[in-house]
Amino acid sequence: MEFWVYFAAKPLFWLIVTLIVFMFASELNRRSGGTPLLHPVLISMAIIISFLLVTGTRYETYFEGAQFIHFLLGPATVALAVPLFDHFERIKKMWFVLLVACISGAVTAIVSVLLVGLAFDLPVEVLLSLAPKSVTSPIAIGIVEKIGGYPSLAAGLVLITGAMGCLLSPLVFKLLNVKDGAVKGFTLGLAAHGFGTAYAFETSALAGAFAGLAMGMTGLLTAFLLPVVISLMGFN
Amino acid sequence: MLNGFLVLLLCQLLGELVVLASGVPVPGPVFGMILLLLVLIAFKKTPKSVRLVSEGLLRHLAFLYVPAGVGLMVHLEMISHYWLAILVALLVSTFVTLVVTALVFRLLGRLNGPAKGEIGDSSEGVK
Repeated sequence: MEFWVYFAAKPLFWLIVTLIVFMFASELNRRSGGTPLLHPVLISMAIIISFLLVTGTRYETYFEGAQFIHFLLGPATVALAVPLFDHFERIKKMWFVLLVACISGAVTAIVSVLLVGLAFDLPVEVLLSLAPKSVTSPIAIGIVEKIGGYPSLAAGLVLITGAMGCLLSPLVFKLLNVKDGAVKGFTLGLAAHGFGTAYAFETSALAGAFAGLAMGMTGLLTAFLLPVVISLMGFN
Repeated sequence: MLNGFLVLLLCQLLGELVVLASGVPVPGPVFGMILLLLVLIAFKKTPKSVRLVSEGLLRHLAFLYVPAGVGLMVHLEMISHYWLAILVALLVSTFVTLVVTALVFRLLGRLNGPAKGEIGDSSEGVK
C-alpha cells in the first residue's frame, strides 16, 4: 500500500496512465470500426475518471502529471495556422462565402445552445460553459476562462459535442441532400471541431481540408464573437 | 524540429503578451495563431521545422484533450443534476448548427458558382 501511495503522488505515474489508457482506447475504437460513439477521448475520460474515483485520487493530483500533456494545447492552437496557411489561396478566393457561412454557423451554435439551456433554467456558469461547445477545446477553454464559466466542464462538453456532430451529420446531409465534399467538410469542422475534421477526412481529402479550415476559422471567430453575443443576450 | 517548436512557443508568448496588454477577452494562443499565420504569409511558405512540429501536434490533437476532459469529474455532482438539460441542449444545438451551416454554405456557394469548381484535392490533415 505504501508503494501505491508513493507512485500515485508522482506526476510521472499519471502521465503514463494517460498515455496507456489513450493507446488502449484508440485500439478499441479502431477495432470497433471507428464509430464516434466510442471516440478514444471519450473512452479515455470514462476509464481515467473511474480509476481516479475508485482509488480516491483527487483531480488536482492527477493533473500534476497530466498538465504536461495539457500544456501542449497552447502550441497546438498556434499550429492551426499551418493548415490555415496551406489553404490560404482557396480562402482568399472564397473568403466571402466562407466568412458568411462561418459567422452564421458560429452564431447559431452559441445562440441555440444558450436558448435551449435557458429554457431548462440552467445556472449561468453552466450556460457560459456550454456556449463555446462547437469550438476546438484549447480555444474553448481559453474563452471560458475569460468569460467566467468552468473551463474543465467546457472541455468535456466540447468533446461530447464533437462526438454528437459526427453522429448527427450523416442524417443532416441526407435530409438536406448535401453531396458536395466541401460543404460536408466545412459543416463538420464548424459544428464538431477536431472530431468532425478527423471524421471528414474519412469521407474525402477535400472534405477534410475544408473541415480543418472551418475548425480554425470557427475557433478564431468565436473567440471574438462570443463575448459580444453573451453581453447582447444580457449575461454580463 | 526544435526551431519549429521555438517558433510556436514564441508566437504563443507574444499572443499572451498581446492579451495581457490589451485586455481583450480572447485566449493568448489564438493571437499566437494569427501571428504565426501573418509570419507564414510574409514568408510565403511554411519552414520545414515548423511544419514538422505543427503536424505532429495536430495529428495527436485528440490525445491532448484528455487531461482537460477528465476534469469533468470535478463537476460530476452538477452534471448528475443537469445531465438531461445539457444533453438536450447539445443535441438540439449541434443539429441546428449543422443544418444552418450546410444551408448557408450551399446557398452562397451556388451564387458564387465557379469558385467551388476550382477546389482540387487537398493536403494531409489535422486530427
